[in-house]
Formats: sequence, C-alpha cells, structure tokens
Amino acid sequence: MALLEVERLSVEFPTRRGALRALEEVSFTIEAGEVLGVVGESGAGKSVTGAAIIGLLEPPGRIAGGEVRLAGARIDDLPRERMRPIRGRQIGAIFQDPLTTLNPLYSVGRQLVETIETHLRLSDRDARARAIRWLEEVGIPAARQRIDGYPHEFSGGMRQRVVIALALCAEPRLVIADEPTTALDVSIQAQIIGLLKRLTREHNTAVMLVTHDMGVIAETADRVAVMYAGRIVEIGPVRAVVKQPAHPYTEGLMGSIPSLAHRVERLRQIDGAMPRLDAIPAGCAFNPRCPRVFARCREARPELAAAGETRAACWLYEGARPDG
Amino acid sequence: MVAFILSRLLQAIPVLLVVGFIAYAMFAFVGDPVTIMLGQDFTEAQRLQLVHQLGLDQPFYLQYARFMWAAAHGEFGISYRLARPVSDLILERLPATAELALTAAALALAIGVPMGVYTGIRSNGLLARAFMIFSLVGVSLPTFLIGILLILVFSVALGWLPSFGRGDVVHFSHWSSGFFTISGLRSLVLPAITLGMFQMTLIMRLVRSEMLEVLRSDYVKFARARGLTERAINFGHALKNTLVPVITIVGLQIGGLLGFSIVTETVFQWPGMGLLLVQSIGVADIPVMSAYLLLIALVFVIINLIVDLLYYAVDPRLRIDRQALTGGR
Amino acid sequence: MSQTLPRRGGMLARAWDSDFLYSFRRSPVAAAAALVLAVVVVGAVFCRWLAPHDPFDLVSLNLMDSFKPPLFVGADAEWSFPLGTDDQGRDVLSGILYGTRISLLVGALAIGFALVVGITFGLVAGYVGGVVDSLLMRIADIQLTFPAILIALLVDGIVQAVLPRSFHEQTALYVLVFAIGIARWPQFARTVRGSTLVERNKEYVMAARVIGRSSWKIMTGHILPNVLGPVLVIATLNLGLAILDEATLSFLGVGLPPTQPSLGTLIRIGNDFLFSGEWWVTIFPGITLAVLVLSINLLGDWLRDALNPRLR
Repeated sequence: MALLEVERLSVEFPTRRGALRALEEVSFTIEAGEVLGVVGESGAGKSVTGAAIIGLLEPPGRIAGGEVRLAGARIDDLPRERMRPIRGRQIGAIFQDPLTTLNPLYSVGRQLVETIETHLRLSDRDARARAIRWLEEVGIPAARQRIDGYPHEFSGGMRQRVVIALALCAEPRLVIADEPTTALDVSIQAQIIGLLKRLTREHNTAVMLVTHDMGVIAETADRVAVMYAGRIVEIGPVRAVVKQPAHPYTEGLMGSIPSLAHRVERLRQIDGAMPRLDAIPAGCAFNPRCPRVFARCREARPELAAAGETRAACWLYEGARPDG
Repeated sequence: MVAFILSRLLQAIPVLLVVGFIAYAMFAFVGDPVTIMLGQDFTEAQRLQLVHQLGLDQPFYLQYARFMWAAAHGEFGISYRLARPVSDLILERLPATAELALTAAALALAIGVPMGVYTGIRSNGLLARAFMIFSLVGVSLPTFLIGILLILVFSVALGWLPSFGRGDVVHFSHWSSGFFTISGLRSLVLPAITLGMFQMTLIMRLVRSEMLEVLRSDYVKFARARGLTERAINFGHALKNTLVPVITIVGLQIGGLLGFSIVTETVFQWPGMGLLLVQSIGVADIPVMSAYLLLIALVFVIINLIVDLLYYAVDPRLRIDRQALTGGR
Repeated sequence: MSQTLPRRGGMLARAWDSDFLYSFRRSPVAAAAALVLAVVVVGAVFCRWLAPHDPFDLVSLNLMDSFKPPLFVGADAEWSFPLGTDDQGRDVLSGILYGTRISLLVGALAIGFALVVGITFGLVAGYVGGVVDSLLMRIADIQLTFPAILIALLVDGIVQAVLPRSFHEQTALYVLVFAIGIARWPQFARTVRGSTLVERNKEYVMAARVIGRSSWKIMTGHILPNVLGPVLVIATLNLGLAILDEATLSFLGVGLPPTQPSLGTLIRIGNDFLFSGEWWVTIFPGITLAVLVLSINLLGDWLRDALNPRLR
C-alpha cells in the first residue's frame, strides 16, 4: 500500500459560464520516502493537485470526484477539524515565495515553536530547543541567536530554509513542495534543492515536488509525472521519462531543453500553447499540437497505459483504454 | 528610538508654523479689529492708541512672531463676542469636550473592533450580515441626524435620558468632570453614542476589510498548511497583522471625533469647545476661531506622534529604520 | 465533449454579459440602491413639476396651514400636504423635493471641484516628481490629518467673514461648494498620484516620450484614462460624504439659508419643533437624507468590489 494514493481526482471551479475542470481524473501514487516530481507548464494543474491533496483548495474550487488516501485512509472528505491535525503532522507544505509565506510580525522562532507545540506535546523549553535544532539542520548559522529574528532580517535563501524547517518540524511523512526554488536566485536554488533532498532522505519523508524546471526534477526525483491541461500525460521513473519519453508532449518538453552535451541547430519548440480551461479540446487535450495526431485522438480521451518503462496517456500505445 | 521621536517632532514643527500662519492671517486680513472693538465712534487718537497697543503698526512678520509667541504662552487675545480672554473660554469648555470625546472614542473602539473581527472571521453568518447592515446605516447617517433620532426616542418618547446640557459636574481645581455624578453620566450617554457612532462603524468596516485581506494572505495559507488551529490563526496571525494598519487609521479617526464633536455639541447643547466654535463662526469672532485652529493642529500633531510610536512598537520592520538612522546600537 | 462555451454577439450583449454588469445584476442590493437613487434624483431634478407647492412663493403661504400633520397621523391632515407642514405653512414634501435638489447639486459640484483640483495636482505631482511632488503631497498630508468637516467649516467661516453680510445668502451655495471641495481634494490627489507613479514607469509612457509628445498630452491622454478606475470608486463614496458635509454645515447654521434650504437646513428648522410634538418637520427630511446617502454608499461599495481585480 502506497503512502499516498490519488485516484481519479477531479477538481472544478464553478463559474457563471459553467464549471471549469482544473483537474481531470488524475491518478498517481507516492511511496514512503520517494520523491515524485510533478512537472508541466504554468496552469497545467500542478499546484491545484497539491492544494487538493492537503485540503486547501481556494473556494469556489472544489473536488468534483475521485479519492485521496493517506496510508489507506480517505482524507479528501474529512471535515475541517479532522483534516487540520493531518496538515503539518502527516502532510507538510512548502510554497513558492518565502517572503510572503512567513508572517512578518512573528519571529522565526515563534512560528516554529507554535507549529511544534500544535502537533507534539512538548513544553515550551523543549519546543524551543527543538526549533533551534531544526534551524541548525537547515543550515542557519548561529541558530541560537537568530531564532528570535524576524523574517525580513533573513536573506531570501535563508528564509526558504526557515520555511523548510517549518514544513518539516512536525515530522510529516509527506511534503508537498510547490515551486520551492522558483523565487530564488539560481545560485541559491541548488543549495535549497540539495538541502531538501538530504533532509527528506534522512527523515524518510516522501516528497511531491512540483516545478516547471526539468533540471531540478532530473536531479532530485525518483519518479516524475508530466501534467498537461489538468491531466497526467506521462508518469514513470525519472531516467526513463527523460531519456525515452513516450508521450509526444514529454518528447517535446525534453527536446526543448538546451543541453551542453549535444549540439543542436535549433531548439525544438512545440507549436501553439496549452489550452485555456474553458477551451480544452475534445479527446486528448494535446491533439491540436501533437505532431503524431490521428483520428482517434480527437474522439476519445486516453488513459494511462504501459509504454516502455513508463506509462503514458496516448493512443499510440496499446491498451490506452477509452473513457466510458 | 529617541532619534525617531526627534525626527517626528521636527516634522511637526512646520505643520504648526503653517497652521499658525493661517490662524494669524485670519487676524490680519479678515475684518478690522479696531472697528470691532471700538465700535462706531472713536477719535483718531483713540484709533492710533489701539493700533499701537495691538501692535498693528508693526511689519507683518513681527506681528506673526508676536502672535505665535503669545499663542505658545496660551494667550489668544480677547473674544470679540464675549469680551473675555479666549484662553479662559477655552479652559472652561475643554473638560466637557474632552470627556465627551474620550467616552465616544472608548465606545467606538470597544464595540467597533470586536464587531469588525467577528464579521471578518464569519462573514456569512446571519449575525455578521446584521452587523454589516448596521454599519452601513451608521456610516450613511449624519451625526446630527443620529443625535436627533436618539433624542426623539430616548428623551421625547421614552423620557429616559436628558437631551441637553451636561448634568451636574464636580470641580477639581481647573477641571470639571461629569463622570462622578449620576446626572452627569446620564447626560453623557446620548451624546457619546451619537459622537461615537460614525467612528464605530468606520472602525468596524475597516477592521473587517483588513481581516478579510489578511485571511487571504500567503502566510495565513501557510499557517493553515502547518495545521495550526483556527484560533491560533484568527486571533494570533490574522488579528495581529490586521491591527497594525488599523492603528494608524484609528488614531487619525479619533482625531475626527474632534471635528464631529462640534455637531454633537450643537445638537445636545453640550457646553464644550465645539459649541463655542460654532457660535464664533456665526459672528466672525476671529480670536476664538484662530485659537481653535491652533489648538486642533496641536492635538493632531500629538495624536500623530502617539500613533507613530504605537506603530513602531508593534511592527518590527520599522525598527530597522532606526538602525539605519543611528548606524547601530 | 468540447468545453468551449458560447458567447453572444453584439456589443450591447457583450456589455450586458461582462463581469461588471453581471456583478450588478447578481447583486439585488446594488440594483435596489440604484433604483432608489434614481427615484430620488428624478424627484429632485424634476421638482418644479413634481412638487405640489412652491415653498418659496411667499404669497401662497397661509399661516392657517401651519403645523398640519402628515397623512394618517393627525386629524386635520390634508391630501395637499401629504407629509405635513412647518410653522409657516410650507409643505414638507415640496420642501424635501427642492431641498434634495440643492443637496445633490452642492454635493455633486463640490466633488466635481475636488476632482478637478485633486486630479490635476495628483497627475502633476506623480508625473513631475521631485520638489513639486514633495510639496503638493506635504500639503495634502497635512490637510488629511484634519477631518474634512472641520476644514469645510473653517473655510466656510473664513470666506463668510471676508464677504460682506449682504452677499451671504446669494453666495452661500458657491461658498459651500468651494469649502467642501477644498476639504476633499487631497484624497483624490493622493490616489491619482499613486496611480500616476505606477503608470509613469510603464513602457507605453516611455514610448510616448521617445516619440516626443508633450508632457501635458502624455498626462491627460495616456495616463489619465488609466488612473480613473480607483478614482471613480473614491468619487462615489465621497459624494455621499460631501452631501453629509453640506447637510452638517447647513444644520449648524453656516450652510444654506432658509430661503434656499437644503435637506440639512430643513432638518435644522424642524429641530426646534421636536419637543413640542411636530416631529414630521425634521424627521421626513432626515429620512430622505439618510436614504439618499445610504443608496449612494451601497452603490459605491458595490462599485469598489466590482472594480477590484483581486476579488474577481
């Protein structure tokens, strides 16, 4: 039994022109301790997936179908007060911009201590000691002095380290990291990713790493899911997806990444753009842009099916069952 | 911190000087004090004597300086209407206005802030909507109308509360207080509600909208993602961040009480400075008007300073300015 | 199953369908407020034809008609005086219609004045920057620390002290417009300045400068249309406040005189009779004033939410 099981999860946003499907029957699993990368263009539904799992979809968004199970138990239909203890303690979250994610009026130590005390029964002194240890773990120098500092007194990279400490301090089993490095300088990005990798390995924490940066995925993830227009179009071990992508969209993504190793005349690009939520094509969402499109692609939406070492939702592969 | 206070004080001085100049200009260019004070028949010799006495034959910057100097010592001249020193009049009326404003401010804060927090957290409940409607009405009704309605209900129809005057007052050296007598307190009720109503609804709406903003912020989202209790989020993170910008505006709004006290005092015949001002404007009693102007400016400067200090105490981001200013400890 | 949703053609249909008017249609409160406001405004504008009596025609007044109660309240009420009469026999309803017209007029003119001054100063301050900006904003800030009503009162008092007494009645309206306008311009200036600062750095402005358009043309032609949005919201909310300002000043006796009464003046006149039992003389104008300002505020609230991009 996997740590996290997401089965046919659909999320929609009701508007006055009808409901927009932000996620369409998304299914995947995450094993304990593994790192699943979720990659895709802006608007593909990556962040919505994370928000839906942790129960923080912004209204009027709502889960329209499917299940989310944590260690076998359903969590998508829990009432608010039952879901709360799960957040932070079982599932943690890291968001994109460390400046706005931290409360500017609370000291770093206070935010850590309150998280620790909410989930673990510790005295103030013990909680504070633990907070200091976490700051040291994430690499904040002079943690004992800086614990009472305020967020604006830290640099961007340091702030994200604090955010990581906050997400991990209650020792969750799964962490959803939503674009953790996008707002940081390139030179800091590698450090933060390295830190995340090390800590989650040490504490055996599973990670759902959401990003649009394929390079980060290649370095950090065990498996990767590629999302497009609210669906998962390919999922599999990282090496396989990168080296031998099965889905034409993944192929396009990989081909458009510049590489120092190979010399290319032109970067390949995928013509067109990802469809808006209110104009998703019938059948396979990628069909207008797909270089290998044929009739069936326009008629029915493919499900994930085995394709070499990965699974891809594409009619090119046998067994891609039509939706009924 | 000292540097902070000093810099704020330095900024306040030009304000006082400008307002002082306007106050002085009212004297210099409006009306002719000589005619007003001497009446119709006077000899040239009497006029010259008065002119010299009042210093009107000096160049105007000297007059301005004298004016400000006298003002700094609390001398504002003689009221044209009542022929008494303005400073005496003001001192007499000050306690009434001060007590009224204080009570109204306390009411406005004590009711407005909790109402605002409540409707910010629970924006869709029935009670919350009732509060919202109440606040909208409170903002739309002019102060004098509220006063009139209250008088109609509680004085004319029900006869429970008095509708004019201050009741019996107790005197402590220069101060007269209505807090210590039953009739004084009873007389305070309707005027205080009237005066505080506008501010109360304003504060409520402000707190509510700030609260809603804050509850949508990233750090509240992160706090939720960390599984903090609703209580910790609402009354810890959200409330603290809400109150910081609210402090400034509330502080300045309290100043608005001084403006609206004029109306309230008129409706309830409350013997305060506001009533004095209205009576003075009607007859162009310049000394009183200019004294009032200067006094109001002074009060506002002080209020601004206090608000700045509060801001400084509450928002740690501001303390960095100090370090930049003084270059370290 | 395509998810493309149909759109109706035609410009009017699209405007009706737009988020802006949609939010209006969806809000019964806003619609009701607009309706009420429309009724009041129409009543005020067409008061000459709608009012059963002309309250300024001294000849038609009959002291025998004084203190008639409103319909259904007193025994000697008359249909020709549906809301009763005051101490001089003037019809309350007619007074309200004419008074509302004056209240609206003063409020609108005052806000118009404040808009012109505020937008001009704000544009110049934001665009030119430097010393001009500091100076203008300093003045605005200082003025903003005082409540508008106080400033209006003092300006009104000073101007009236300067004018000879005989002119007071004729010029009361203009003096009020001036006083309230002066009291309320800083908020517009600050908002416009803030938006101008943001727009000034945008590329279309730089492009216009490179082409060589004059600063004035840039400010009015390019920047101005883009900063009008928030100004509109503030203007609506301030309209209600300006009407209240005028009512307050009139109530205090330093506004419009009884010969040209606004709602505030009517309330003041009626206030004297409150204790002797003729409550209608003051209450009906009071209700009218409250309803007028309330509907303006409701519309202003709705407008602010409709134009706020973050709430969409």
